[in-house]
Amino acid sequence: MTYFPEEVVEHIFSFLPSHSDRNTVSLVCKVWYEIERLSRRSVFVGNCYAVRPEQVVRRFPNVRALTVKGKPHFADFNLVPPDWGGYAGPWIEAAARSCVGLEELRMKRMVVSDESLELLARSFPRFKALVLISCEGFSTEGLADIASHCNVNLNLNCFGACLVDSRTLPQLRHLRELDLQENDVEDRGPRWLSSFPDSCTSLVSLNFACIKGEVDSASLERLVAKSPNLRSLRLNRAVSVDTLSKILLRTPNLEDLGTGNLTEEFQTESYLRLTNALEKCKMLRSLSGFWDASPACVPFIYPLCHQLTGLNLSYTPTLEYSDLTKMISRCVKLQRLWVLDCISDKGLQVVASSCKDLQELRVFPSDFYVAGYSAVTEEGLVAISSGCRKLTSLLYFCHQMTNEALLTIAKNCPNFIRFRLCILEPRKPDATTNQPLDEGFGAIVRECKGLRRLSISGLLTDKVFMYIGKYAKQLEMLSIAFAGDSDEGMMHIMNGCKNLRKLEIRDSPFGDGALLGNVAKYETMRSLWMSSCNVTLKGCEILASKMPMLNVEIMNELDGSCEMEENSVDPSRVEKLYVYRTTAGARDDAPNFVKIL
Amino acid sequence: MSTSSTNSAASPAVSGLDYDDTALTLALPGSSADPAADRKRAHADHDKPPSPKYAPFTFSLKHESSARHAQLLMVITLRTVPTDLDAAPCATTCRARAVGWPPVRAYRRNALREEGGAGCKLVKVAVDGAPYLRKVDLAAHDGYAALLRALHAMFASCLAVRGAGADGVGRLVDSATGAEYVPTYEDKDGDWMLVGDVPFKMFVDSCKRIRLMKSSEAVNLSPRSSSQ
Repeated sequence: MTYFPEEVVEHIFSFLPSHSDRNTVSLVCKVWYEIERLSRRSVFVGNCYAVRPEQVVRRFPNVRALTVKGKPHFADFNLVPPDWGGYAGPWIEAAARSCVGLEELRMKRMVVSDESLELLARSFPRFKALVLISCEGFSTEGLADIASHCNVNLNLNCFGACLVDSRTLPQLRHLRELDLQENDVEDRGPRWLSSFPDSCTSLVSLNFACIKGEVDSASLERLVAKSPNLRSLRLNRAVSVDTLSKILLRTPNLEDLGTGNLTEEFQTESYLRLTNALEKCKMLRSLSGFWDASPACVPFIYPLCHQLTGLNLSYTPTLEYSDLTKMISRCVKLQRLWVLDCISDKGLQVVASSCKDLQELRVFPSDFYVAGYSAVTEEGLVAISSGCRKLTSLLYFCHQMTNEALLTIAKNCPNFIRFRLCILEPRKPDATTNQPLDEGFGAIVRECKGLRRLSISGLLTDKVFMYIGKYAKQLEMLSIAFAGDSDEGMMHIMNGCKNLRKLEIRDSPFGDGALLGNVAKYETMRSLWMSSCNVTLKGCEILASKMPMLNVEIMNELDGSCEMEENSVDPSRVEKLYVYRTTAGARDDAPNFVKIL
Repeated sequence: MSTSSTNSAASPAVSGLDYDDTALTLALPGSSADPAADRKRAHADHDKPPSPKYAPFTFSLKHESSARHAQLLMVITLRTVPTDLDAAPCATTCRARAVGWPPVRAYRRNALREEGGAGCKLVKVAVDGAPYLRKVDLAAHDGYAALLRALHAMFASCLAVRGAGADGVGRLVDSATGAEYVPTYEDKDGDWMLVGDVPFKMFVDSCKRIRLMKSSEAVNLSPRSSSQ
């Protein structure tokens, strides 16, 4: 193979599907390393502090698509203090200097400033796609810059808390996709929509579900009318049923719809028009939105149900089990379902008997203020598992669980790739036997040989970790909360889970012994997070000294807002610990409450 | 005035004791011997803004009986609770709810909180002798029967429904002791009333919070005499 011309080798490499495969071939010899790095089009950086941006862009000057992730996952639940880090600026600056061919940038849990967006807009003439998930730190000024400078095929996805000034959004020209998800949008009026230039006919995806204020319906209709390629449209709560109906008449190719307001005073005529319009959308497969939907409105969606593969009702606490089941029982092709626990166990039984193709189910809690109460229990999940044998991905918040149920579920659905179970009350035992749930989760990891992601909850001893370490050989990410008895628990994981990449632990009795029991393991992992555990400063210092390739970050709250403990906290005890491998050394942008050992 | 078998959790020697001796009260440690004042004060304290902001919350129940009088001494230690997390997990050792639990993203929490705002009336529900609080949305139920069913479901681990009539409304009873619980509520005027005396809609409007009181205590309550 060394005698093939470079172009041939490069062409062969182009068939390699995954980053890890390409990383592997680059290790074979210097020639392959060079060929590979110059032809690499897509780079994934799982931890922005694992490598310096300059190193990445120097090695891969021709990269077209760059993905970078910042804060650890537990930042989603407010466990990472604000201003911790994860700044996008250095990445955008480095790319602007060395990778002018960049077309796509995806960032998750990072802090993106307006200046960075402006730089991004100016620096990449072929820029197509900006995807921001759970990011923060920018406003519509930055987005406006992106819009005004990027003129071809712009894909803008923003998820997460960012300030978006709707007034400046308008100048988006030739945009292909504008997708704002889960943002905190500062509303400055409805005119942003009307600022799409007439020449912009390339819109493929528009999602402004998170913008809180009114939108100008006439502008929206005009925009949709001149976007023949529109495939995905997600509206906000302010859009009326009548506007929705008018829009849908113009979007025969729509595949994904997020509804607007479905609560208005019920006028049959409006809803009949909606049904007519929906029936024209033969390609529609995915439905979401339903903000505050009134149960009376739901029957008007029925004609659509038989063709749906995706349904998100998880923002609709107004629908009770009977409304939900009447709708879902018609969705026989459903593959992905997100609901609230209002659906109850009975409702899940209906799902189980109707949706035989279900692959992904998420059941979210509807009430965060009533600890431990939810209308779903183990019964709902058992029903699902026996009816939906194709299930591979699960997120399930529930009131209680039993070992017997988990055993049944494991037997019924051995194909789980993601299994995340959250029993609302911490440390709750088996609801019938009062035993720990070790055996149940043990069954899950034993039967589901392809399991890659697992979150456990309820009363759990070290035994469950013994099972996980023994059987979960494909496991890449493990989330632990309020579980275990001793260091042995964590040691089982560290020694047993060969493919472990991310380990996040909170409120569990693991200490220095576990932390230091297998230090070499950390170099094979992306990161470790431990909060409210028993590790001490001494233990962390030892870790840092033994493993220079790791950054050992310790976080001490200065405002005492994490002081939930009854007694004053032992000062040598580390409240939050974040350990990750890195070639970049200690980062220089850490705030004063972060200590890097 | 004796309350013979109300507190059957205690030894038989309890029977014949003065009602006040066996009264269950919520009080700060070292409080006065006047049960009525304690009860009032405890209720008033309940909603006071806590300080410091995140002081730990423990709730322990001690039952001591002296050899001679089998005096029932209930000591409940009440400390302050984080304001925005006022429901403690139902656990044998009760701790303040942990930050970031349950693990739900802030966006989702905010979105549902907004939606719950309109047409939703959440009130706290306390159960005498239980170390946790729940909340119930009164607007979500169309009548007393539905509400009581919901209350039962909420406390199903320690309460049972006995003698459910045709309308499904029964009495809430402690599964372990057989002690009966009577739903009471505090109205806009701060008076404690028996649930069920007024039309449901009126109840929903005026109810500030609910307390499942042991029926022995509820004898002190009178039905709402006149509307104001």
